[in-house]
Amino acid sequence: MKYIIEVSDLKTVFGDKVVHDGLNMKIKEGEIYGIVGPSGSGKTTLVREMLMLQEINSGTIEVLGYNISNINHIQAQELRQQWGVLFQAGALFSSLNLRENIALPLIEYSDLSRKTIDEIVDFKLSIVGLKPNDASLFPSQLSGGMKKKASLARSLAMDPKLLFLDEPTSGLDPISARDFDALILKLRDILKLTVVMVSHDLQSIYDTIDTLAVIDDKKIVYEGSVDNISTFDNEFIRTFFKGYI
Amino acid sequence: MDNASLEITNKNNRLFLVFAGELTLYNISKLQTKIETLNLDQSEEVILDFSKVTFFDTASALMVYNLQERTSQSHIEFQIVSAGKDITDMIKLIKMHKDKTEAIKRLKKKSYLEMLAQLLYSKYLGFLSFMAFFGELFINTISYIGRVKHIRYKEILFEINENGIKAISIISITSFLIGLVVAYQSAYQLKLYGANIFIVETLGLSILRELAPLITAIVIAGRSGSAFTAQIGAMKITQEIDAMRTMGFEPYKFLVIPRVIALMIIMPILIFIADIMGMLGGMLIAYKDLDISTTLFIDRFSDVIAAKHFFIGIFKGPFFAFLIAVIGIYRGLGVKDDTQSIGINTKKSVVESIFAVIMCDALFSIIFTNLGI
Ligand SMILES: Nc1ncnc2c1ncn2[C@@H]1O[C@H](COP(=O)(O)OP(=O)(O)OP(=O)(O)O)[C@@H](O)[C@H]1O
Ligand SMILES: [Mg+2]
Repeated sequence: MKYIIEVSDLKTVFGDKVVHDGLNMKIKEGEIYGIVGPSGSGKTTLVREMLMLQEINSGTIEVLGYNISNINHIQAQELRQQWGVLFQAGALFSSLNLRENIALPLIEYSDLSRKTIDEIVDFKLSIVGLKPNDASLFPSQLSGGMKKKASLARSLAMDPKLLFLDEPTSGLDPISARDFDALILKLRDILKLTVVMVSHDLQSIYDTIDTLAVIDDKKIVYEGSVDNISTFDNEFIRTFFKGYI
Repeated sequence: MDNASLEITNKNNRLFLVFAGELTLYNISKLQTKIETLNLDQSEEVILDFSKVTFFDTASALMVYNLQERTSQSHIEFQIVSAGKDITDMIKLIKMHKDKTEAIKRLKKKSYLEMLAQLLYSKYLGFLSFMAFFGELFINTISYIGRVKHIRYKEILFEINENGIKAISIISITSFLIGLVVAYQSAYQLKLYGANIFIVETLGLSILRELAPLITAIVIAGRSGSAFTAQIGAMKITQEIDAMRTMGFEPYKFLVIPRVIALMIIMPILIFIADIMGMLGGMLIAYKDLDISTTLFIDRFSDVIAAKHFFIGIFKGPFFAFLIAVIGIYRGLGVKDDTQSIGINTKKSVVESIFAVIMCDALFSIIFTNLGI
């Protein structure tokens, strides 16, 4: 089995607060990997570390075969073109309209003609379920759900192998949230994506996730399928999955 | 409401405090002063009687707690009599939380030396991070200039328009007024000595060499420096900068260098405009107040004002622009994840860039004077 991401013996410290200590994690190719845990347990921090937005204190993180604490500038650029990230609030570039947002990486990293780029943008917009005439809107003119979809379209612009999602369904109404789950499943199958997702949404976890990791007390206390979770004894798991197990 | 009372009697060095009525935060302040001014020196025992109390809140409990602390410090017996369960529970609750908060407070208390050291250390870290910013800027500029294809002309032109073209009117008006004011003030003095024609030297030197560059820099610092900080700071809060980084777009190439270059290009042009407008303001006063015709003014100007003064003023432009842009952007990137931080950093960016411009100007003055220019 090939691992897309391997985290071993990770330690993260902010000031004198230890967030992760001896954290291990293995993410397989092609799966949807969910991370849950109590508030403040360091889920966002972990994802930021994988994305090279935050330094780690010790241990190693390997993403797509690169050891990210020991990587040169060119390798880092290669790696960044192979992943897509959906930030919690979208983080679309506010000075650009939707079309320009999605086209930006294509313009920067390829020498495709403007026409081809426009076609790719239209295609990406339509797979996430946005209409072609939304393309001229600016991020401030979009609803929360549209922002998420647009941001997803941007993260898919370069056909990444790996997709990071931080709380993709938070702030969405239940119907949009279920639509979003279905979209993620569909994209995984069409584009052969590996998805790493932080979530607090139980329904979304049950519907989409192949492997679930529970962070508690600075470590991964559970890593495995969602169905077996009931056999595991942990206070957070018991409260979180109450009613479901 | 105001029906709380306290009666204090002293019997053989035993203090009896008899409370009555509703003790609430609305009406205990008088009782509190009574208790605080109480002289406990002679007493051996303090006895609190709550038998006539009908209501008791947390503020009153805090008052009782403080009194108890005082007595235990001076080793005086303390007793509460005829208190209902509500009252004793409330006092216990206060005691419990007081103990907790006091433990934390004690932990946080620092000596002045420690505070000073921490302040110095944080300044040192700030200095390091500014140096790191310069390093990144330098490396990125080199790789940027190395690849002509990657120069972002569109962004640079956009910034030139935003920060240069659109600033022309305000800079024109400001420098025209400055020229007017300086001329007006000197005209009065010059008239006294009948040295009217020297208005040309006074204005030419001061405006071309010092005033036009400084006024332009100050307007741009207030206008563009603050805009840079606020824009980039907001992009940090909305995670746009993070998104750029994960997409492999160096913020330095996309945000920093275009702004720095744009400002460095446009600043000398703005100073040139400020020169013209300042001199026009001066000429107007010279004509109205000193009867110097425009032809005479211009003839005299080309005779006595060497071109070097003009070039020195223009030469300062790119340096001032660099300082303003770099400080504004550095402060923008320093914004933390909260809105207050944008305000603080914008303020700092304007103050620091104006200060830096004036320092730089002083430095130039010394250098040019020593070089004899
Ligand atoms: N830049 C920072 N400086 C100091 N402490 C930080 C910083 N970022 C995060 N922390 C701390 O690290 C811990 C983990 O934060 P993180 O945001 O990763 O939590 P989380 O698991 O994503 O929580 P949530 O479910 O609420 O989003 C928190 O206790 C937080 O206070
Ligand atoms: Mg989080």
